[in-house]
Amino acid sequence: MKSRSLVSIDDLNTDEILKILDLAEEFERDPVQKLLEGKVIATLFFEPSTRTRLSFESAVNRLGGKIVGFADSSYSSVSKGETLNDTILTVNNYCDLIVIRHPIEGSARYASEIATVPVINAGDGANQHPTQTLLDLFSIRKTQGTLDHLNIFMVGDLKYGRTVHSLMMAMSRWNTTFNFIAPEELKMPDEFKLYLENMGLKYYEHSDFTDIVSKADIIYMTRVQKERFSDPMEYEKVKNVYVLRNSMLKETKPNMRILHPLPRVNEIHKDVDSNPKAYYFEQALNGVYTRQAILCSLLGIK
Amino acid sequence: MKEPKQLSVSAIQNGTVIDHIPARNLFKVIQILGLDRIDHLITFGTNLESKKLGKKAIIKISEIFFEDEDINRIALVAPDAKLNIIRDYEVVEKKVVEVPDNIIGIAKCVNPKCITNFEPVTTRFRVVSKKNVALKCHYCEKITNQENLHII
Repeated sequence: MKSRSLVSIDDLNTDEILKILDLAEEFERDPVQKLLEGKVIATLFFEPSTRTRLSFESAVNRLGGKIVGFADSSYSSVSKGETLNDTILTVNNYCDLIVIRHPIEGSARYASEIATVPVINAGDGANQHPTQTLLDLFSIRKTQGTLDHLNIFMVGDLKYGRTVHSLMMAMSRWNTTFNFIAPEELKMPDEFKLYLENMGLKYYEHSDFTDIVSKADIIYMTRVQKERFSDPMEYEKVKNVYVLRNSMLKETKPNMRILHPLPRVNEIHKDVDSNPKAYYFEQALNGVYTRQAILCSLLGIK
Repeated sequence: MKEPKQLSVSAIQNGTVIDHIPARNLFKVIQILGLDRIDHLITFGTNLESKKLGKKAIIKISEIFFEDEDINRIALVAPDAKLNIIRDYEVVEKKVVEVPDNIIGIAKCVNPKCITNFEPVTTRFRVVSKKNVALKCHYCEKITNQENLHII
């Protein structure tokens, strides 16, 4: 039988998502469980991603599994011109599950069709990064106590940011209200707004931070990257508009939390870090529990 | 005074007539159906007047009868195509093409960063809109629409 993989957040139905979040809660209470003893997990990082890789490796280690793999494809046979097809067919023999990060979009889906072991997509170009979405959902549920009827603010690069797209699509299952704050050049693409309209969900667009943030349950920050702008002048104009500072949080709700997929550059001022509403580093820790849950779930252990 | 009725493309005895092909897509239809590799008599006319399409093309293929599954492959480029099945100079059956729910191995994904443009992977799309054809790539999940549709 073909094993189950996690390539896109849409591969999971709502029950399956909630089951993974419940399991992640279990690992939060008891992170060291030797459930992967004797198992080998391959981590194939065709492009470097320190955070995601370390988080996966930490999850495997806490579960007592072993890791093979590479952190950068320049050290692997890929640099000798091997196709992804051949790499996957070979690595498939060495492990019980493959975690893949690859700059080419659709590569994880392709890998999951070649491999006989489960494949986890740890990011395929600008396409999908479902484990990030799950850890975001976990963080939202943990801090808000629910996923239902929340008001989520997404800030920064809403055009190219795959994490905001996946999170938006996933949260649309729970009657979310969305507020998008982005410069003109990086606005949420029409296809996603159309998706929300078809779902009957409310969204509002803003070009800068206003008092409206006082309504937020979650502020999800992303990086505004200089290379996304065709006109460097435009970047200079907007780069400081989307910086969150502690002084801006005065009127926000007590339950409000700030999330960020990290790494951050300057979009969240350092003075926010000590505010109890800053949640991005705990969010990164939640990534380990969530990935423990995903690994066990796909391997049919829990 | 009436003009004498004339057929722009002569009749066939047995075979298939594909009418109402948008003129600009005639050669795509030929390519998709592999008509360039058929030994039987084929005639076609293009840039014929059509009220609906402006300029249309018509293909007449002797001795060839297509399966629905095969003929639906042209729906991407000729959504209004009509087929007449001819036996002994008579139309014995009429068919229309239907855009299938899934497109396998015909179209190219528009996303230059898609795996299907890097490795020899058979392209696969889910049809998300049949009217103004929009295809969602099974691999990279990007949309390829009518304007940037390329037939492999």
